[in-house]
Amino acid sequence: MSCFLTNSSVGKKLVMSITGCFLVLFILFHMSMNLAMLFSPAAYDAICEFLGANWYALAATVVLAAGVAVHFIYAFILTVDNYRARGKQRYQVTVQEKGVSWASKNMLVLGVIVILGLGLHLIHFWSKMQLVEIMGHHASVVGGYEVGATQGAALMMITFSKWYNVVLYIVWFAAIWFHLTHGVWSMFQTAGFANDTWYPRLKCLANIVATLIFLGFAVVAVYCFLTSTPQLIESLLIA
Amino acid sequence: MNFKLKIWRQRDAKSQGAFETYEVKNISADTSFLEMMDILNNDLIHAGKEPVAFDHDCREGICGMCSMHINGHAHGPSQAVTTCQMYMRKFEDGSTITIEPWRSAAFPVIRDLVVDRSAYDKILQAGGFISVRTNSVPDGNAIPIPKADADESMDAAACVGCGACAATCKNGSAMLFVAARVSSLAKLPQGKVEGARRAKSMVAKMDELGFGNCTNTGACQAQCPKSISIAHIARLNREFLAAKLQD
Ligand code: HEM
Ligand code: SF4
Ligand code: FES
Repeated sequence: MSCFLTNSSVGKKLVMSITGCFLVLFILFHMSMNLAMLFSPAAYDAICEFLGANWYALAATVVLAAGVAVHFIYAFILTVDNYRARGKQRYQVTVQEKGVSWASKNMLVLGVIVILGLGLHLIHFWSKMQLVEIMGHHASVVGGYEVGATQGAALMMITFSKWYNVVLYIVWFAAIWFHLTHGVWSMFQTAGFANDTWYPRLKCLANIVATLIFLGFAVVAVYCFLTSTPQLIESLLIA
Repeated sequence: MNFKLKIWRQRDAKSQGAFETYEVKNISADTSFLEMMDILNNDLIHAGKEPVAFDHDCREGICGMCSMHINGHAHGPSQAVTTCQMYMRKFEDGSTITIEPWRSAAFPVIRDLVVDRSAYDKILQAGGFISVRTNSVPDGNAIPIPKADADESMDAAACVGCGACAATCKNGSAMLFVAARVSSLAKLPQGKVEGARRAKSMVAKMDELGFGNCTNTGACQAQCPKSISIAHIARLNREFLAAKLQD
């Protein structure tokens, strides 16, 4: 049973589909959590405290990291296989086939942008929040401020007060958007849940999910950029 | 009509190939693409040169032999037809037409535009059949088959095994072909009984022969001369995964 997931094309694709689906669900959850920031920084901090570094959150982080790792490793295995399968000699003339999306042909490139953004994100937030607690500290210094491990709201305000961080994150969200416009319907197709009636519906769903995720994250980053002031950051840090 | 043809020439599987440019003149708009190739070859023979090798057989869109990649399209720019059923009126007078062989690692070029597509035959032999007793012919109407199922099976059975799907796919995947064969039999009671074994052995053979992994780009269905839908790939995935989970 375990073998077809590693030694058959359709099985390997199923692993991509399941890990991809898991990541989509996580990212939807993460986005909903961030939206609290728009209504009340205090509520956001409360969520950060709740999800901090307790054993459940740590276990969930390990599962999530495993999901990303498996998705990433399989992406490379499949793509290398595919390069070999298509052969070195390519066509001199090529066209964009009808109904074929750009994203569907560039999933690995998009995924690599996604993982680079993820690295940046982990340095910006995870290392200042969960990691410091794992290391047994409770605060770190960011941009001249001493920020507590559960003071997520202040950390966000500090990070997104810099315009270049906002731009970098939006590029990252855009890569996720492209990846998901294909990924979300593709994961149904791979698992076998699709047919000609459902393609338009699944592709519509993929666009909705991708756009929701893009807007949900981008709106919080832009909101922080627009409202962040040193006074506000100080007041959040005292709270 | 007059055309400039840029054609891939390659002596044999081992030699290095290259494009050569030829001109054909006074071609009627109603000449089929393969007839145009015949005219070119006739000219080449008269000029004492080697004619261009290309595959063809039925010239009526049912054998799937006429594999050519024309101006970036498998089977040329016409939708849902094979190369042999495409006419020169589809092209602009005086234009240059680039003709290449299928490019996919599992379809090595044998000579000029001819590739070795026996990999598809091997996949078929691995399970693209039903096991029946010979002797008495069973009553055709003894097994009722819903019209919708029969239609779907027939749609999938339209596949001519031409190889355009794998040749078009950036992943060199044969999934559309395998799916069409699995799907056409899975929809019929006679085929269903061996469905699990068929899906498993055809996918295994496809993987063994070095075809790639489908990423659902849909390029295959856009170029398939028989407009086989990727919905059949979803069915193949279902059949395969269900079979594996039952093991
Ligand atoms: C870590 C970097 C990533 C890389 C290198 C990567 C790469 C890939 C590749 C190559 C595919 C296969 C394309 C296909 O089959 O359609 C894919 C599919 C997919 N990815 Fe990613 N990806 C990454 C991150 C993500 C993330 C963060 C998510 C979720 C938010 C995600 C969701 C999906 C989904 C849903 C699919 C479709 C699965 C399927 O086709 O069965 N990926 N990814
Ligand atoms: S599925 Fe279409 S493109 Fe592929 S072999 Fe069959 S007829 Fe040719
Ligand atoms: S020659 Fe038979 S399909 Fe074109």
